[in-house]
Amino acid sequence: MALYSEKVMDHFNNPRNVGIIEDADGVGEVGNARCGDIMKIYLKIENGIIADVKFKTFGCGSAIASSSMATELIKGKPLSQALELTNKAVAEALDGLPAHKMHCSVLAEEAIRSAIKDYYDKNGIAYDKAQFPEPHGDEHEHFEED
Amino acid sequence: MKNKIIYADNAATTAMSEVAVAAMMPYLKQVYGNPSSLHSVGQAAKEALDNARAIIAKCLNCDAKEIYFTSGGSESDNQAIRSAAINGAKKGKKHIVTTAFEHHAVLHTLKKLEKEGFEVTYLDVHENGIVTAEEVAAAIRPDTALVTVMYANNEVGTIQPVKEIGAACRERGVVFHTDAVQAVGHVPVDVKAENIDMLSLSAHKFHGPKGVGALYCRRGVPLAVLVEGGAQERGKRAGTENIAGAVAMAAALENACENMQKNSSKLLALRERLIDGLLKIPHSKLNGDRARRLPNNVNICFEGTEGESLLLHLDAAGICASSGSACTTASLEPSHVLLALGLPHEIAHGSLRLTLSPENTEEEIDYIIKTVPDAVDKVRKVSSFWDDLTSGKIRHFI
Repeated sequence: MALYSEKVMDHFNNPRNVGIIEDADGVGEVGNARCGDIMKIYLKIENGIIADVKFKTFGCGSAIASSSMATELIKGKPLSQALELTNKAVAEALDGLPAHKMHCSVLAEEAIRSAIKDYYDKNGIAYDKAQFPEPHGDEHEHFEED
Repeated sequence: MKNKIIYADNAATTAMSEVAVAAMMPYLKQVYGNPSSLHSVGQAAKEALDNARAIIAKCLNCDAKEIYFTSGGSESDNQAIRSAAINGAKKGKKHIVTTAFEHHAVLHTLKKLEKEGFEVTYLDVHENGIVTAEEVAAAIRPDTALVTVMYANNEVGTIQPVKEIGAACRERGVVFHTDAVQAVGHVPVDVKAENIDMLSLSAHKFHGPKGVGALYCRRGVPLAVLVEGGAQERGKRAGTENIAGAVAMAAALENACENMQKNSSKLLALRERLIDGLLKIPHSKLNGDRARRLPNNVNICFEGTEGESLLLHLDAAGICASSGSACTTASLEPSHVLLALGLPHEIAHGSLRLTLSPENTEEEIDYIIKTVPDAVDKVRKVSSFWDDLTSGKIRHFI
């Protein structure tokens, strides 16, 4: 299918890190079912490092591929590095996304950020609030059909 | 069955029939004249055009002079609605009645008219996807210029009570247009018996070529000109005629009408088999009335899934289908048709439309029935929304 790159299709057909971590240290959920995409990320943190990460996504092919790629990009990385992950980096790692699907990569970035914030909040770890803007994944731009 | 493509998206478009292709060929190379030309090559083309018009008129039970060739369904819808609006406005009538689940060619034209000062009533189509003639009659006012209600819906295939709606309009002296793009060639259409003033049709929906359609406009109903220029189509639509397209459309329609009964019973059997098979998937629901629908239409929602993901898995398995999910378009809103049926957004995103043709076989239907559960399963396994439904955090809707 020409709509997506081979990488997107690979991550869609064989998504990495699918699942739930029951005793997760941080959980982030962004998007909403109304808009047709919800992304939920589970983190296991050990000594400031993302020891494990799982995701569940309700959404289109690019939303699932973005979740899968994003989890790959942060697995085993320190939190500080995970916080630097941008939606652009996710999209680039997937060899690009169609313009109207870029919001899927935004959701991935926001889901990770939200999970890390949850971990900080649960453990009383101080952080710079400016690093965690309100996710806007559930009110992304609505395009006209033609 | 591997590597074979199963095409089940015939509401989107169809393959041309052999008869349509054969009918078209001579008009691409041998009889290429301009029907407006005086010489023999031009006159041969004119004869072919007249003949095509007569065939289409016969299929719809109208006069050949009441058929206008256009570029397709969208243009026909635009011209019909614009014409009734312009004519109505001259008499101070600026109200239009329609339904909430019309094709965008109708809805977007009406939206534009609203900006130009028209008032539009959008009737509810209920959970079964059918508006009643009583509801249409009740919405008609003294200043109503037009009623436009589709014959059969393009997504859920539900068939509207066109004859009764037409009678209600005729009784009240209101012009009645129907977008019959999905119906013509699939179910019997008789513009006289069904009290239709204007009707849109499109060749590629009944195994004719793309880029050609027609507008039936009853004698005495004024038609406005959208494309100015030459005096083609009795002065109502300028531009050198698409002879090959018109001839192929006529051949396709004649073939579809001749074989309608045979095709219909085959499709009905396949449709029912497919619906029964797919509804075995837990938390699934058929969208639209099961009986009063096109013989080739299946539209089912699978809770906790998202349509584009389903389509990608099915495509990988060789099945071409479509969905009312937002993600299949550039918009984030799911199908306005499914929302009009009262489905919540989150359910509408998980819809699958399979539209069959007589070319489909029972073997193919069984392959679809075998393959869709796997695709649904794959999507649900990754879906956080499905987790919330199964854990009871969110209540099942279906």
